[in-house]
Amino acid sequence: MKSALKRAGYKQVHKQMNDVHLQFISKVAFFIILLFAFNLFFAGHYTPGGGFVGGLLTSAAIVLLLIAFDVKTLKKMLPIRFRLLIASGLFLALGVPTGLMFFGYPFFTHEFTEITLPILGEIGLHSATPFDLGVFLTVCGSTLLIIILVGGADD
Amino acid sequence: MTFIHFAIILPLIAAFLIAIIHKYVKGIHLGWFVLPIPFIIVSYLFTLIPTIRNGDTLLLNLNFMPRIGMNYDVYIDGLGLLFAILISGIGTLVVLYSIGYLSQKEKLLNFYIYLLLFMTAMLGVVLLDNVLMLYLFWELTSISSFLLIAFWTTKERSTYGAQKSMLITMFGGFMMLGGFLLLSNLTGTFSIREMISASDQVTGIGAGTLAVVLVLLGAFTKSAQFPFYVWLPDAMEAPTPVSAYLHSATMVKAGLYLVARFTPVFMLSTTWVWTILIVGLITLCWASFNAFIKDDLKAVLAFSTVSQLGLIMSLLGISGLAVVRGANEQIFTVAVVAAVFHIINHATFKGALFMVTGIIDHQTGTRSIKKLGGLMTIMPITFTMALVTSLSMAGIPPFNGFLSKEMFLEAMFEISNANFSALASVGFLFPLLAIVGSIFTFLYSAKIVMQIFLGEETKETPKEPKEASALLLISPAILSLLVVVFGLFPNLLTKSIIDPAAMSIINAVEPLNTKISHWHGFNSPALWATIVIIVVGAALYYFRDTWIFIYKYIKDKFTINYLYDQGLHYITIYSNRFTRMLMTGFLRTYMVYIFGFLVILGFVTMLRTGLNLDFSNLAPIGIQDMILVGVILIALGIIMITKSRMVSIIMLGAVGFSMALFFVFFRAPDLALTQLAIETVTTTLFLVCFYHLPKQSKLPEKRKFKLTNFIVAVGVGAVSILIGLSAFSNRLFESISQYHIDHVYDLAAGKNMVNVILVDFRGYDTVFETLVFGIAGIGIYVLMRLTINNRKDDKNEERAEESRL
Amino acid sequence: MEFITIVLSGVLIGAATYLILSKSVLRIIIGISVLSHGIHLMLLTMGQLKRGNVPILEDSVTNYTDPLPQAMILTAIVISFALTAFSLVLALRNYKVLGSDDTETMKGAQNEN
Repeated sequence: MKSALKRAGYKQVHKQMNDVHLQFISKVAFFIILLFAFNLFFAGHYTPGGGFVGGLLTSAAIVLLLIAFDVKTLKKMLPIRFRLLIASGLFLALGVPTGLMFFGYPFFTHEFTEITLPILGEIGLHSATPFDLGVFLTVCGSTLLIIILVGGADD
Repeated sequence: MTFIHFAIILPLIAAFLIAIIHKYVKGIHLGWFVLPIPFIIVSYLFTLIPTIRNGDTLLLNLNFMPRIGMNYDVYIDGLGLLFAILISGIGTLVVLYSIGYLSQKEKLLNFYIYLLLFMTAMLGVVLLDNVLMLYLFWELTSISSFLLIAFWTTKERSTYGAQKSMLITMFGGFMMLGGFLLLSNLTGTFSIREMISASDQVTGIGAGTLAVVLVLLGAFTKSAQFPFYVWLPDAMEAPTPVSAYLHSATMVKAGLYLVARFTPVFMLSTTWVWTILIVGLITLCWASFNAFIKDDLKAVLAFSTVSQLGLIMSLLGISGLAVVRGANEQIFTVAVVAAVFHIINHATFKGALFMVTGIIDHQTGTRSIKKLGGLMTIMPITFTMALVTSLSMAGIPPFNGFLSKEMFLEAMFEISNANFSALASVGFLFPLLAIVGSIFTFLYSAKIVMQIFLGEETKETPKEPKEASALLLISPAILSLLVVVFGLFPNLLTKSIIDPAAMSIINAVEPLNTKISHWHGFNSPALWATIVIIVVGAALYYFRDTWIFIYKYIKDKFTINYLYDQGLHYITIYSNRFTRMLMTGFLRTYMVYIFGFLVILGFVTMLRTGLNLDFSNLAPIGIQDMILVGVILIALGIIMITKSRMVSIIMLGAVGFSMALFFVFFRAPDLALTQLAIETVTTTLFLVCFYHLPKQSKLPEKRKFKLTNFIVAVGVGAVSILIGLSAFSNRLFESISQYHIDHVYDLAAGKNMVNVILVDFRGYDTVFETLVFGIAGIGIYVLMRLTINNRKDDKNEERAEESRL
Repeated sequence: MEFITIVLSGVLIGAATYLILSKSVLRIIIGISVLSHGIHLMLLTMGQLKRGNVPILEDSVTNYTDPLPQAMILTAIVISFALTAFSLVLALRNYKVLGSDDTETMKGAQNEN
């Protein structure tokens, strides 16, 4: 990524890429964005948000790290196989609606209950959540796979 | 779900088991595992005969897709049961025969899977009551026939024949589907039985006649009637068990079944009756005339099959008259009974003859009649079977072919005497054609016996001929035995199966009480016709060298085969040319087609329907909206003008972020969030791609090129504005979203409607969207890896790096 | 307001058409992006603008903005991103193999039948 930009003729970028401030801030911001993304994902059923936005923001957070560091450094920081993320996401997105059939519901009829936990209080349990998690994982995995592949192609 | 429902799909289920058995059991011929399946089915079907014999029918419902009226309803009456027994019975014998015929080296698994598929398909055709299901299984028979003809895929003739049969029968199948849809439109049902009871709706010149023509096209293509018979001789490239089974005993009779089944539906249509009668007779004469000259034994039998099918078809035509004129009239019931009887007889003698041909081919290595001769002493058992079945085919007493042939002649004489006003002058043609066709039938039957088994031994055969093994002989022996038994005691069949089948063809209620006898007295014209056929046939055979030259006048150019080949050839050439004319390979051309069509369609629709705009119900405009519109327009303008890719991408980002703000103003928080995130990621992606892409984003373009683009672009913009405005002004329906709003909490326990719609109400959309996203990701991965692998200075380390992603 | 957004989306679609018809692959991809923006705006307008509340269930509110177009647009946004990304990478790879981003030189006419 860094050298890609450099070779493309953007020499002034090079200085910024080693910017300690950027690297430090991006590390902090990464967790903040990630928290926000998870919040959006889990609250999606009640307030704006959901799997798509959550997934996209998560990948945006990781892309921020990518900009601040390098593809190789990033791979060391996050040793995740993104293909696996896509596969498990698709599995969830297809498996949950299919799995519901085994419990006697028609295909794609979500079920929900509410349980009460000691500290957190009443919590909704919803079969749509694992489905949305599948969407989250697929979106996140695909986006990151694309950007890292393209960005890291020549590094 | 009763056993009969299960029996239809039993072969299909067995096909899976066979695949497993094939994998784990070696050494035993796969056919032995297939054999029990048709046997079980035929045994079960025999137990149903007593029910049918009493004149009862069975209707067993099973819902499949009730909302569109497509149900798996089994209806068993005489006709269906007769065909089902033929299918499974001959199927048993054919499987047995194939064990001897096909060696272990062949692709046995494929063969038996196709064969089992065919069995299911055929049972479905004859036992189901629903026309849509009938169509489904009908096409399945075409497919399995295609696969079986092309069984030896490396032979060019096989693939040619397979393609030909596929094209012709599928064409017919589509036509038939059209006919069925018309019929269901007229009668309001997809069930054949209900169609029969509503048959008075199927009248009139327009739709009724069209339905007749379409359904007949299906039947004629499948049953290889003139002029569609051309596929059947080429289908003989299939292994002989297949020819015996599909292309003589069962599949080609599906057309006959269709005609027989729909006779009561079309009972008021004269088109139906006369078309079937005349086409049947023409087919009979033309095919038997052609059969005599063929040199390939299987080709002789193929044309013979075509002509026999024509014979049965013409008899069914007369049965149609029976329904029109009332079932009590003697002549018509004779025709119906003859048709049913001949279906059985033909299956027995032609099935046996095909198997005999297969034995000859197997034992001598050739099917060419010229190279064969004097096999009588070498293969006595085969000879006996060939003699019996050929005599039956020629209509010589006392075999079963004689009985049905005589009834056929009788029916033809009766119809020429019958009081049809239109027939006064041409009525004599019917018995004449029948006799001519029968003479040629006699001739080719004689040819088979005389030139292969009698005469000198030629010593030209590739293999030293010897009698076949018992495994090969047993199936044709059983069929030959049936030929003799049915010939001597025809009344074994009448009560049990012929009468019920005939009754269901003409939709009769009272039992027919048919008696088939060998002797009708000297007054019977059919007797004299038989004598004439034998005498003239023998004379013509003896003096064959003197008249055989007439075949030379039939040039290749005038045959239907030539027409088919040339037609296919030119269709290929012209469609290629047409495609090349339109498909220039230049992306812009295609885009111009698409957008140009949109513009034309849009403007034509607007002109025809007129614009009806209504702006009374608009939302207020805020100052912030106007600013955003301005931003978008300016960014757009810059994108259009600029040559720098950096600027255009930044401006694209500006458009995207403005859109996100629009979503905020228009109270769509989810959209705004998603748009923001997407825009960030997209811009990053564009920037990442920078290194690889050329600096120049705008290529020099000619003025004319630009002008065309500009006109198309303005047109598309204008059309979409007009469509948008008129769609906004005229709301035809209330929005369905009220349902989602009302039930978002009680049905889905959520509060964010957009998200609930995405994951619950319209979850299918989301699943597929996720799939698209995943596919895009994997596609990009593949594309990038291709790039990496193509480079020569690729380092292993880097590859390992990539694979970790 | 609806009138203005419809006209705006028409302008976006028209401009996108012009971009898509040009020769450069990059411009085509930008065109596709612009096209999807125009269509999203059009779709949203069809559900009427600025009527009722944000589509999140609240006890006191009965009047909501139409949520269905929003859900559809959300799907469309994500798909159009996948499409853009894919075509971008396709263009990239194409450029590497053929050395050109001009669609006219990409014709594979000699291999086509």
